[in-house]
Amino acid sequence: MNLETIKSEIEANVPGCRLEIVANPSPSGQHSLRTGAEHAVAVAVYLRDAEDLRFDFCSNVTGIDWPSRELSEKVKVRKLVDGVEQEGEEVRKTTLSGTLEVVYHLFSIEKKHGPITLRMRTIDRDAGVHLPSLTPVWRSAELQEREIFDLFGVVFDGHPDLRRLLMWPGFTDHPMRRDYVDPDDYEYEPTAHDEVLRRAQQHRSEADGEHPGKAGER
Amino acid sequence: MTGVQYPGAAGQFNTEPRTSGVDEKLKNELSKQGIFTTTLQELYNWGRTNSIWPLNFGLACCAIEMIATTMARYDMARFGAEVFRPSPRQADLMIVAGTVTKKMAPLVVRLYNQMPEPKYVISMGACAISGGPFKQGYNVLKGIDRYIPVDLYIPGCPPRPEALIDAFMELQKRIDEQPLTGANRPRHLNVGEPSEFPVPRFGAHDLEPAKNPNLWKPPLVQISQAGTDEPRND
Repeated sequence: MNLETIKSEIEANVPGCRLEIVANPSPSGQHSLRTGAEHAVAVAVYLRDAEDLRFDFCSNVTGIDWPSRELSEKVKVRKLVDGVEQEGEEVRKTTLSGTLEVVYHLFSIEKKHGPITLRMRTIDRDAGVHLPSLTPVWRSAELQEREIFDLFGVVFDGHPDLRRLLMWPGFTDHPMRRDYVDPDDYEYEPTAHDEVLRRAQQHRSEADGEHPGKAGER
Repeated sequence: MTGVQYPGAAGQFNTEPRTSGVDEKLKNELSKQGIFTTTLQELYNWGRTNSIWPLNFGLACCAIEMIATTMARYDMARFGAEVFRPSPRQADLMIVAGTVTKKMAPLVVRLYNQMPEPKYVISMGACAISGGPFKQGYNVLKGIDRYIPVDLYIPGCPPRPEALIDAFMELQKRIDEQPLTGANRPRHLNVGEPSEFPVPRFGAHDLEPAKNPNLWKPPLVQISQAGTDEPRND
């Protein structure tokens, strides 16, 4: 299975669709296909139904959080210094806006090939978190898309039953996002260090503040 | 392995030597003559010691060990605990066996509130004691003793059936030794003691409240010791 041929095949058969191959630099070389949200369902249906592909089994769906980050790269520029053109370096900073990514792992049980990795990205991490649900294409994605909705906050349009899976309905956070701040609800750690030590010191000083007379006893 | 009382525990037992109303020597002498003497306290404690009915309720892998304890090989029925009751209204003992998720915690507290007095709680396994290996998880309660009073803690992950039986026998021993009058009388004979505890609500970020401050005080880490460890350079 060559990803290039699959890519060009899909692009030929799904009108207006442009796919991107996301290279995996590791030795496993498991490259993946990234599709835009508007063509995702058509791409998924083609992957499932095409005669030579038949990806009839979606084994895994997961999410990735990409917070906005700053890239700084050194660029060589030519400058005029005192009328003489000189070559210098300049640090250019670009800000990549944050996004949420959803990854589908597909196999073909009929053709005994796979996996193929299908990705799609949201517009941003705040309001534009809508993606089309692929549950109508692969029923096995239902609970996993609910989990991603719960833990990452991706809203899947067209999902038959989009509710939180692990947390309760009134919960407003998304625990698997990188900027999630968990509630400060554990106090004791036998070998406290770093962040845990800082918290433990804070709890200790709060407790000493409440019972100042007992501070010496401990 | 013994059922260990945890430092921050709010259990209902005070282990003080039993004081019987009857002189032990006289009692022995009378029993040799075929006269059986007892006290109401002994009779009452004998009854409730040997018919502790646990709640048929498990949360995770510890529950598998709890089930094994009731089966033929370990046979908890030997101690009068063969009837696991599916209703909290008929149960005396809650064995919190397994990870308590934050989503489950209010239900556990509500089940405890629905049990009639006298009632006891065994916190079985690392998760029910402190959150265990999932302590830093976003969805795990860091110990059920934040909401309900725990009488016995069983360490282990999961504890062996022998450990559960040991804790159960320890509970029986403590019930048997409990005086019915005085300051250390059982909670259900003390009007001032609560038998129900507030059920936490689902908040926007966490359970509200995150703990019952009357019941549970955080065991604070010794900063002076923890902070002095030099970072290793290997």
